[in-house]
Amino acid sequence: MLKSSIAKKVAMSLSAFFLMFFLLQHLAINLTSVFSADTFNELSHFMGTNALVQYVLQPVLLFGVVFHFIMGFVLEIRNKSARDVRYVKNNGSANSTWMSRNMIWSGLVILAFMFLHFVDFWIPEINTKFIQGDWSGVIAGEEGYRYFTELQHKFVSPIRVGVYCLAFVFLALHLLHGFNSAFQSVGANNKYTKGLKKFGVAYAILVPLGFIIIALFHHFNH
Amino acid sequence: MKLILKVWRQKNSSDKGRIETYPMENVSEHMSFLEMMDVLNEQLISQGTDPIAFDHDCREGICGMCSMYINGEAHGPDRGITTCQLHMRKFNDGDTIYVEPFRAKGFPVIKDLTVDRSAFDRIQHAGGFISVNTSGNTQDANAIPIPKDDADKAFDAATCIGCGACVASCKNASAMLFVSAKVSQFSLLPQGKVEAKRRVLNMVEQMDKEGFGNCTNTGACEVECPKGISLENIARMNREYLKASVASE
Ligand code: HEM
Ligand code: SF4
Ligand code: FES
Repeated sequence: MLKSSIAKKVAMSLSAFFLMFFLLQHLAINLTSVFSADTFNELSHFMGTNALVQYVLQPVLLFGVVFHFIMGFVLEIRNKSARDVRYVKNNGSANSTWMSRNMIWSGLVILAFMFLHFVDFWIPEINTKFIQGDWSGVIAGEEGYRYFTELQHKFVSPIRVGVYCLAFVFLALHLLHGFNSAFQSVGANNKYTKGLKKFGVAYAILVPLGFIIIALFHHFNH
Repeated sequence: MKLILKVWRQKNSSDKGRIETYPMENVSEHMSFLEMMDVLNEQLISQGTDPIAFDHDCREGICGMCSMYINGEAHGPDRGITTCQLHMRKFNDGDTIYVEPFRAKGFPVIKDLTVDRSAFDRIQHAGGFISVNTSGNTQDANAIPIPKDDADKAFDAATCIGCGACVASCKNASAMLFVSAKVSQFSLLPQGKVEAKRRVLNMVEQMDKEGFGNCTNTGACEVECPKGISLENIARMNREYLKASVASE
């Protein structure tokens, strides 16, 4: 399984499609926090306590993320070893974009960000629910669900907000190449490709921008 | 014009190699790059030094032998050409020009600028052919109807001259543009359909064995390819490969 170069590329692409779909869903839920704290709370509680989400989708997501970056490393190592002696002078920008040549670096920035993101949100959630066994979604003595208030607290620190924004710029760079690359990898290059490229640019800019706007919104409104 | 050439010199495959600097004067802008190299070699010979080994044959852009990496690009800064078709008028008086061999683990250096591209031959042997009965009652190829669109695409793919610029330009030293051109050229035509599955599986397997990298879809190969082989071919090869893998027992 996944021995050949093309099998690896296709697997990489499928994990990337899955991540891009997940990103849309994540953005959609986060966006509600800008318009209505109640809706955000309801959705968060649903996602956080629904058995299907917690026990099926969440492990699948974790697998998808881990698979994607491990495969990223595997490909990078193989690709580096395919040129054992480097050029003295190489003019990469003459024939390809910076984004396409630096997927591993934009990916590593996203990985570093995901580490921070896990420490910020995911580990506390797992701790509350699975270790302390508290699935109520409320804090004793406080009114309503805890999710929205917790979100606001996270975006108080300007340093954290700055880091979040920077990471999303790198996500945009990753996707500016990645979105269409994923289609090419599964063999989809046809009369729709031109239009899809424009859509890809829009996706790669708007989705990370959405996350940036949400972070800034909560930073300035709490 | 005056030039400073920085050329990769390497005695043999086990030598480490290094860049040597050669100043040149009175270079005519009408010369091709290879003619300029010839003049430099005349100079080296008259000085009693070993001339620079480089590959070339047709000198008209059809054999694909001339394989230099010039100022950081395969076949130099011009588009849609091989090194023998590159002219000195593309450079300016006083320029420093780096000349290196094509670099890939699959293309070991033999001497100076010559590299061993027999990996491409082995990939071709693995499946870049069709088997036809030549017993005397062979069907006339022109009698087989082929949609114009397919014929055009197959022909475009068949213009690949196996020069290796795609590998040299790729940040991953991937040979996918070359292999996909060879796969596409046959898979688009009825004559190639019979062996289509075996062909793509075997050629990709050989490509991987030769140590070429994976494709990151940067598109550098397509830009540097002297024959304008399109990335569409790589997508087609990926489709063919998927189809063949799913269908093979
Ligand atoms: C939400 C996060 C991420 C998304 C949405 C995403 C998306 C993508 C997409 C769409 C591609 C193109 C796939 C293809 O060419 O077939 C890609 C490629 C890549 N990703 Fe990610 N990615 C993410 C996180 C990461 C992380 C954390 C890493 C860690 C190193 C990473 C490393 C890579 C690499 C190295 C490639 C290029 C592989 C190649 O073609 O050689 N990505 N990514
Ligand atoms: S695909 Fe283009 S660059 Fe690659 S070997 Fe064929 S002609 Fe040369
Ligand atoms: S020498 Fe034949 S293509 Fe340049």
